[in-house]
Amino acid sequence: MTKVLMDGNSAIGEAAIRAGCQCYFGYPITPQNELTEYMATHLSRRKGCSFVQAESEIAAINMVYGASVVGARTMTSSSSPGISLKQEGISYLAACELPAVIVNMQRGGPGLGSISAAQSDYFQATRGGGHGDYRTIVLGPSSVQELADLTMRAFDLAEKYKIPVIILGDGVLGQMKEPVEFSREAPAVPSVREGALRGCGGHPSRIVKTFTSNPAELEEINWSLFRRYALIKKEETTYETFMLDDARLVVVAYGIAARIAKGAIKNVRAEGLKVGLMRPITLWPFPDEPLREMAKQVKQYLVFEMNMGQMLEDVQLALSGQGETAFYGRPGGVVPTPSEVARVISRLYYQKGLK
Amino acid sequence: MMKTVYTHPKSLKKAVFHYCPGCGHSIAHRLICEVIDEMGLRDKVIGIPPPGCSVFAYNYFDVDMAECAHGRGAAVATGIKRAFPGSVVFTYQGDGDLAAIGTAETIHAANRGENVTTIFINNAVYGMTGGQMAPTTLHGMKTTTSPYGRDRLLEGHPIRMSEILAMLDGVAYIERVAVNSPANIRKAKKAIAKAFQVQLDGRGFAMVEILSPCPTNWRMTPVKAWEWVDEEMTEIFPLGVFKDITEKKGAD
Repeated sequence: MTKVLMDGNSAIGEAAIRAGCQCYFGYPITPQNELTEYMATHLSRRKGCSFVQAESEIAAINMVYGASVVGARTMTSSSSPGISLKQEGISYLAACELPAVIVNMQRGGPGLGSISAAQSDYFQATRGGGHGDYRTIVLGPSSVQELADLTMRAFDLAEKYKIPVIILGDGVLGQMKEPVEFSREAPAVPSVREGALRGCGGHPSRIVKTFTSNPAELEEINWSLFRRYALIKKEETTYETFMLDDARLVVVAYGIAARIAKGAIKNVRAEGLKVGLMRPITLWPFPDEPLREMAKQVKQYLVFEMNMGQMLEDVQLALSGQGETAFYGRPGGVVPTPSEVARVISRLYYQKGLK
Repeated sequence: MMKTVYTHPKSLKKAVFHYCPGCGHSIAHRLICEVIDEMGLRDKVIGIPPPGCSVFAYNYFDVDMAECAHGRGAAVATGIKRAFPGSVVFTYQGDGDLAAIGTAETIHAANRGENVTTIFINNAVYGMTGGQMAPTTLHGMKTTTSPYGRDRLLEGHPIRMSEILAMLDGVAYIERVAVNSPANIRKAKKAIAKAFQVQLDGRGFAMVEILSPCPTNWRMTPVKAWEWVDEEMTEIFPLGVFKDITEKKGAD
């Protein structure tokens, strides 16, 4: 397969089509419009497929709900303010155990914020986001290639565990162009998930529902969801490490921040500082056990995010006091440079006497 | 020669309705089930019940049902029909659902001409939450959130969804009916059947608005409530066909 030069948003669209996405529902918002436009161009006229520009993000996520009810592979995308509107629907998808892929190309917040890249929706994404006790799988890509790969993985995970999956990207990833290779061909005809509602011909009628007037029944539904979450945590937690072998300080960063951190680590390595990177790829489930294991060797951590410290809490929970954490963050859509982060790393390295 | 004049519809489960005496929901449920049976649609129907008194609709309808969030029926129906065009989709929505929180979803699904059928139960009040003011509450009508009567200066006016939706080009058929007398119930059933036929023919969005008594929250006896539909509700919500493109064949 040959590599093609694509912007991140379009790469998600192409990967989704190749992963068998049958229905896309979206609403314009910067900086993810290229994805909606890509689906309008490339999905809307495909055999058996459907594209709808919805009247709102709320409508779009509820169209996703409908398509998932009848067994279609389906997705929606938006950016931070629009993702807030989708939380109602995500809660219902989670409750009804319906697969769906939701892309959030994050921008600066709170409020209308900015259209620049940010990572300030980490809490919202990894804590469920809507009402009720639930989680979604959250994937944090850091390159255009990974956007494509994780989009395909997102569809597979959603189907396998009957769960909404969130791709937590950002404005930079969506806009930048990189060579990308797609690992599969699009299916000729869309698949239909087994057990989906297709009318009651030949078998008793079925119900997709969340409401019950019996708290004991609802408690069991919650227990059942969390048994599945435990399985997901066991089976699907993924992360990447970089230059970790002799590291005395580990930077923990995800997504585009990890990309910046890699550049910074190369800079400080050139000056002889022993620094490595731990990059969570699944943000939920968070790779806490690998971090705890790492803490047996390395005691000093620097969490770097484009927010005021959200993943920081997961790192601190994972380390449970076994390592020392420092934090560097830039909120509001400011994208720091590798040399800026390198200065932060060096300062911490010398302050802690690691040289 | 014996003629069958009554059978239990196959699409209606043999369950006792939880609805209050005199409530219109159970009549509307039964009419929809009779239509589904008579048109032979049961195997491919997917119903979308709302939150509200009829959240338990799936305890009565013996067809595939997918509950949805308050107001989102038209969007969910869009997703279902787009992903599975061979299905026959109907939403069942109240006035708070369709005419307040879900107005945008309803108007845009209608305007896109989605091939779905909407059954709109208008009882001028929020039922399950205990009788609060609805967008369709009549002028002067007392509810728990308009305890001094709906004041047009403070709370505005009852919204006429059938009239609004009839203006949209994607809409194929809209009729307002009532279920407060045997004659009206027969007309309501005809309208429901037509609204399904429009979907089968792929003509666009179809809706039947049903004026439905709510004696409990209207604080009336069932008999008085049925009279009130004729005396008060139809003044603001006149019965009749507001749009029907099937009358001019091939003209759309």
